[in-house]
Amino acid sequence: MSTVTGIPPKGYQAIPDDSPARRVLRGMLVTAPIFIVLAILLVWITIENPNFTDPPIFLLFLRRAAPLMILAAGQLFVIISGEFDLSVGAIITTVVIVAARLTNGDPDRTWPVIALLFAGGIVVGLANGLITTRLGVPSFITTLGTMLMLNGATLWWIGGTPKGSLPDNFRQWGRLGIDDVPWLGQLPYSVIALVIVGAFGTWLLHGTSYGKQVFATGGNPRAAWLSGVDVPRVRTVAFVLSAISAVIAGILLGGFTGVSPSAGEGYEFQAISAVVLGGAVLGGGRGAMIPALAGAMTLEALFTLLNLLGLPQPLRYSVQGVIIIIAVGIAAFRGRKTR
Amino acid sequence: MSAIASPRNAVVAARAAFGTSSTGQIYGVLVLVLVVTWSLILATGGNINLTNTLVRSVALGIVAVGQTFVILGGSLDLSVAYQVSVTAVVASVLMDGDPGNIWWSVLAVIALGAAIGAINGIIITAIHINAFIATLGTSLILRGALNATFDNYAGEVPDEFQPLGYSRFLGIPYSVLLLLAIVATGWWILRYTRFGHHLYAVGASEETARLSGVRSGRVLIGAHTICSITATLTGLFIISRLSAGAPWVGPDGNYDLESIAAVVLGGTALSGGRGGVLGTFAGVLILALLDNAFNQLQINTFLKDVVRGVIIIAAVAIYALRQRRDVR
Amino acid sequence: MRGVRDGMTDPTTSQTAGAVGLDSDRPILRLSRINKGFPGVKALTDVDLEIRVGEVHALMGENGAGKSTLMKIVAGVYQPDSGTITLDGEPVHFAHPREAQERGISIIHQEFNLLPERTVAQNIFLGREPKRGWIVDSREMERRTSEILTALGVERSISPRAMVGRLSVAQQQTVEIAKALSFDARIVVMDEPTASLSPAEVDALFSRIRALQERGIAFIYISHRIDEVMALSQRITVLKDGRNVGTVTTADTTASQLVSMMVGRELSSYYPPYASPEEIGEPVLEIVDGGNERLRDIDLTVRRGEVVGIAGLEGAGRTELARAIFGVDPFTTGTMRLEGDTVHFTHPRQAIRAGIGFLTEDRKVEGLVLPQSIRDNNLLAWRSIGRSGRLRNLPPPDPADQARRVDLRAAGFDQEVRFLSGGNQQKVVLMKWLSTGARLFIFDEPTRGIDVGAKAGIHELIRELARAGAAILMISSELPEVIGMSDRIVVMRNGTIAGELPRESTETEIMALAAGEADVKVAS
Repeated sequence: MSTVTGIPPKGYQAIPDDSPARRVLRGMLVTAPIFIVLAILLVWITIENPNFTDPPIFLLFLRRAAPLMILAAGQLFVIISGEFDLSVGAIITTVVIVAARLTNGDPDRTWPVIALLFAGGIVVGLANGLITTRLGVPSFITTLGTMLMLNGATLWWIGGTPKGSLPDNFRQWGRLGIDDVPWLGQLPYSVIALVIVGAFGTWLLHGTSYGKQVFATGGNPRAAWLSGVDVPRVRTVAFVLSAISAVIAGILLGGFTGVSPSAGEGYEFQAISAVVLGGAVLGGGRGAMIPALAGAMTLEALFTLLNLLGLPQPLRYSVQGVIIIIAVGIAAFRGRKTR
Repeated sequence: MSAIASPRNAVVAARAAFGTSSTGQIYGVLVLVLVVTWSLILATGGNINLTNTLVRSVALGIVAVGQTFVILGGSLDLSVAYQVSVTAVVASVLMDGDPGNIWWSVLAVIALGAAIGAINGIIITAIHINAFIATLGTSLILRGALNATFDNYAGEVPDEFQPLGYSRFLGIPYSVLLLLAIVATGWWILRYTRFGHHLYAVGASEETARLSGVRSGRVLIGAHTICSITATLTGLFIISRLSAGAPWVGPDGNYDLESIAAVVLGGTALSGGRGGVLGTFAGVLILALLDNAFNQLQINTFLKDVVRGVIIIAAVAIYALRQRRDVR
Repeated sequence: MRGVRDGMTDPTTSQTAGAVGLDSDRPILRLSRINKGFPGVKALTDVDLEIRVGEVHALMGENGAGKSTLMKIVAGVYQPDSGTITLDGEPVHFAHPREAQERGISIIHQEFNLLPERTVAQNIFLGREPKRGWIVDSREMERRTSEILTALGVERSISPRAMVGRLSVAQQQTVEIAKALSFDARIVVMDEPTASLSPAEVDALFSRIRALQERGIAFIYISHRIDEVMALSQRITVLKDGRNVGTVTTADTTASQLVSMMVGRELSSYYPPYASPEEIGEPVLEIVDGGNERLRDIDLTVRRGEVVGIAGLEGAGRTELARAIFGVDPFTTGTMRLEGDTVHFTHPRQAIRAGIGFLTEDRKVEGLVLPQSIRDNNLLAWRSIGRSGRLRNLPPPDPADQARRVDLRAAGFDQEVRFLSGGNQQKVVLMKWLSTGARLFIFDEPTRGIDVGAKAGIHELIRELARAGAAILMISSELPEVIGMSDRIVVMRNGTIAGELPRESTETEIMALAAGEADVKVAS
């Protein structure tokens, strides 16, 4: 391949390039601030409760945090692709209620029901994706609608009050783990799930073509489409990933919360907050997996800290609100300065 | 003859108000829903409950008008539910059962509401935080402050305040008149004031508006202030039908997501720049008619949620389709 | 190599520059030692500029030279880091565009600032809606809008109540101009105003400008079109690398002098040589009887090694043709063959897999994901099209080699493309299509908004692609570019092909076909 001729030479300088490893790291650790906030919170918790750094205790914390972190992982794909998924809370509620009703305490039914739940999650994700991409309904509205429909349908089906109970081999996923692990004590299944989801999510978002297409779809859907990206498919897959993450979160949560119509309430907003704390931009096109997980962990750390400090329960909401505003404000401020 | 009063302008105004096809459409749908639900109710021997339906629309309707302003500007207010609660509780406490306190309590609460709205607007415009996150944040802050201070009914609403909730003027409940007045005021502001014109512009393209000298920050702060004031009025209406305010009235009524649903059902685009309060009014009425129908027909209320979800999605899908066809 | 021809001056203008009556050389606006920097780049260094009452003062220079930044400072969009702005002799400081507007300085941006869902009147008077008491006086607004539209001669085709989103691009441009004129501005800055206008509309614009000049209104006219600048302006200032390299009187200068000021060297020619007959091979693209909603009777063949230029006026259907080939608005009738195989694309993905690359008109909106890096934009298409069939043997792209091939200037492959200049952005788009192994390239306005130096580079690249065996379809509104680059010229009009012309045809011949005989007032 020849170089350009005909232009009086300005002196072409080769463009410097980083090693792949540096690039990947830079891409994944896009936002430093959340790690600092998380670190501060973890240190503070340790000050209040020096046992916190004992592996078994810390693992309990992770076990509690795992559902939200997994949920954030799924929501991240949707947010980066430029959309919202408000239905994840309703999916969690549905998972818990339907699981209780269908298994009715019978351990033999656990695995078929779990399979059914995942199938249902995929259907919801597909519905969200297809309605948003094919019918042109803004995802805020679509997922608001599916949230209403899921909540309504579920409660209608069980007649208003949850029936049945979850068998032990269902609840174990959220509550128990691998026992007698050296040094760690019990390694909760939730944490294992978290690590698997986190690793898979990181690989999918930052290491595959699909992940790059998600960023392109959120950054400039028109240009992405004209460059051959199947934008509707990318977005629909993102919704499916989010729904699946909600199913997993629901199964884990079913392990240690009660079966109630408000099992998943508020989780959609928490997931979106977590992702935004981790540096994702709500318009799409920017974000990273590890910081998003850190954002979710930060919220859980915040709740833990507020409990330890003995603050009245309601105030935790206020603190959460303030933190979210401050964190996003700082990120917005830094973002503007680099322009 | 003033600019408004001439008959020609009245016709032009009417055509402008209803001629925007999407508004005309939703009113068509409203009529359809009305006919269908009332027929079904009458056929099964229930009560049409027109007044009841209207009164049920008031609470949501007032705050939905405010939400319309915010959404037109390209923003969003997720904190209205807790603003309603704050108003209800604070007003109730301030009135403290004494009719002499009514007027200044109302003013104080409105001022408080305006302040909250302004703060929302400032957070969004000055710190450049996405409206979703900002108002989510303020709703959490309000929720915490409210629930930490009150966990039950608080204060006392004097009997003299109750006419707002229960009495009528020439057969029409005061509350409905209030709603109509607010809808009319909202419509007038959007159509006839510079603020209204600028709000549409900011919602359509903030960049373009700013380059044309529009102070987009002020406009959005204004919109959020208006929204908060309507949330305040809803709170006042609610306590006029109770003996005291309680912290759960806001979230119980689901005013945040429901007001947004009513607004988009009425044809206002979630992205801003297109739509209006008349459409929102129709959206509110449709939701109220459905509510009433489900009650009268004794259909499970949970199923109502399913139907509502379907209707909202369907309506917005149809609007999106029209928009794709109209503007190239 | 061929030379720049002086016949490229706009022949519709018999007026020589400088003939407009100016009875004073009084400066109205003076910029003195303006400096402006952004993170990572110093945009303007010690720039002086003087604008006189009633003159048309052209501003030329490469992209990245600072013209846009300078004009945004004049219009109050940016504030200078240092230096002074003097208006009518007194120093001014604009913290906001509104302040500049109120002092009589209006700017018309290259990308329109219009609201599609509002009416023409509402757009024009946005921010200054006439009032009666508290109420916006819509009647007055529409009346004043009518006046301006009539003065511009478009009262029949544009109504004050029309929704801007439904107007054509050229009509929207007219609304933008009407908006600026409605401000009673004393200085109007125009950034590439004629990019989307037909020759008739350009004429109307020029007449309007001259009429306004006589009222003492000055124009700062940013354009890459030398022929327009020579025809319209009295003085020309050239910026290069953020500095003012000189202000000349138009009557005393020539096109090649201007070009050398802009790029700093004598360029004896612009265009690379045409393809010789041996270099042109078998047909790559054949369309027979193609048609859809906007096109009809399209018969077109593009061969390997050949550059086919598509000329025509705005609205003739050139971009529609490109979009039909690429699967965006597909053909509904007729046949299309790509290297002999009959194809029908309904989605860009299919066209890309088959080996077509489309560089769209507006690279920032349709060609690039601005917040993403050069690397990610480069690989965007390649990542999306899979590895099956033809693509199985496609070598993975080598960004460093591609960057060298296109002469890309950037700080690093992870730099976000939004920080690149227009020319470099266009090169990244080209790299994207090189990565897919395209054999048919469709360029839609390949050098729009790109400076002279980079333009020549893009032209060289296009010719080199052809020499390497690709078939090129090049849509352009710049007739010199069409004539200079095309081995064959296809002229479109009204959604169909009006005719075909051989290379080196004259502008007159092309325009005659493009406009239909009756509309041509060109002196031949």
